[in-house]
Amino acid sequence: MINFGYTRASDVADAVSQIAADPAAKFIAGGTNLIDLMKENVARPSRLIDITHLPLNKIEETKDGGLRIGALVPNSDLAYHPLIEARYPLLASAILAGASQQLRNMASTGGNLLQRTRCFYFYDTTTPCNKREPGSGCSAIGGINRGHAILGTSEHCIATHPSDMCVALAALEARVLATGKGGERSMMFADFHRLPGDTPQIDSTLRPDEIITAIELPPKGFADNYTYLKIRDRLSYAFALVSIAVGLDIEGGTIKEARLALGGVAHKPWRDPEAEAQLNGATATRENFLRAADKILRDAHGFGHNDFKIELARRGILRALAQAARGTPQSQADKRIR
Amino acid sequence: MAQASSAARQETEKAPTPAKMNVSLQVNGVERKLTIAPWTTLLDALRIYLDLTGTKKGCDHGQCGACTVLVDGRRINSCLTLAVMKDGAQVTTIEGLAQGSTLHPIQQAFIEHDAFQCGYCTPGQICSAIGLIAEGRARTADEIRELMSGNICRCGAYPNIVAAIEQVMAGKGAEKSAEVGR
Repeated sequence: MINFGYTRASDVADAVSQIAADPAAKFIAGGTNLIDLMKENVARPSRLIDITHLPLNKIEETKDGGLRIGALVPNSDLAYHPLIEARYPLLASAILAGASQQLRNMASTGGNLLQRTRCFYFYDTTTPCNKREPGSGCSAIGGINRGHAILGTSEHCIATHPSDMCVALAALEARVLATGKGGERSMMFADFHRLPGDTPQIDSTLRPDEIITAIELPPKGFADNYTYLKIRDRLSYAFALVSIAVGLDIEGGTIKEARLALGGVAHKPWRDPEAEAQLNGATATRENFLRAADKILRDAHGFGHNDFKIELARRGILRALAQAARGTPQSQADKRIR
Repeated sequence: MAQASSAARQETEKAPTPAKMNVSLQVNGVERKLTIAPWTTLLDALRIYLDLTGTKKGCDHGQCGACTVLVDGRRINSCLTLAVMKDGAQVTTIEGLAQGSTLHPIQQAFIEHDAFQCGYCTPGQICSAIGLIAEGRARTADEIRELMSGNICRCGAYPNIVAAIEQVMAGKGAEKSAEVGR
């Protein structure tokens, strides 16, 4: 790690003024990704602004019947919170599918959104990478790209967003609350992360002077018909090759509302409004699930090593929709896929 | 990219070295005061500055779990934690588990079940297992395996590690029902 300074933020306003005054500084909360990136010399902040003492660690009910999750709530506390387990089991399942319990005990809710890709070229400072060093090129295109994206890629970057939690938050249509110099604002989850385009160094629409303060969940949690199916190279503690978050509102075999988000396939959790619209009002049958999968993957393309992900995603979507429709969500402890 | 790293190095050389900071940690019940640079990880603070070398440095990237310690009762990877961020915290390491010559039940169970070969991952496995039992989330062997997946054992002692944890969990259940009985 390079030398850096260290300060503590006394409140949210202080955090905002400290980061606005020093654009090379970074906030630190759990540190599970940032400290790793600093050890690899990929992140080189001038200073770390410790936000762990800010009062952003509560989970509260909102007036509309949803939940407001403070940005500093650790991932493990969030997954095991009684209201999350009861009303948003999709979110609990996705969190428990990611990382290890030690890391979940450290990692914060806000930091989970801001974790960076695990593309090994991004981590390897001896190779070109447009995300790390804009304009240097993408080593993954034409390189080893088995874990890389198949949707929404650009000629500049084919990295994936690594989070499991965010895939569930996308499906649940959470909102992200952030405070900056201009005050507080609320963003749709779908607008928070971005596709690489020609600026892959920018992962999200969070402004440089902003701090995430909370995530808000709308009342609808799809607690009866959901699943988080994560497919990876080993059964635990590995990033997704493909993951699928599904929430269904079903009545008498007919889907009233479908939510479907994919992880491991794009620069952001991938949702497809057209595919979801096609499922709304349809019967919960294999044929309809297959049509939805084909719709989502219509523009998917591989880069050689990751070509298999297209068929893996198709089968995963089919399996996940069936699990959600049956009300038999994937267990994150018993690894058998039913 | 060699250019980028040499540029980074020059920047580092130009930048003034940030001041060392005072940190107080309650390590295994004893207050320890340190004056350290902000980039000192909790792992390095324990091993280098406090001579508590029981906690191991494996990958140093949060992937192997050898550095697992308990901070305020929760298991974390000490290699991804800055010591300055834990000022005032209670830290428990492998050195703090035995009561005199009586081993912690998990330590004893690891011996009884031969739950290690080379032993390098063992301090992390044991601290992690204590955290797991305190969390109270694991009930089945599948759940123990899943919730211990952050601790890698390259000797492959996994079946015996799970057996050791199961034994202590079962014993704990028996103790609890005995207490209720009284």
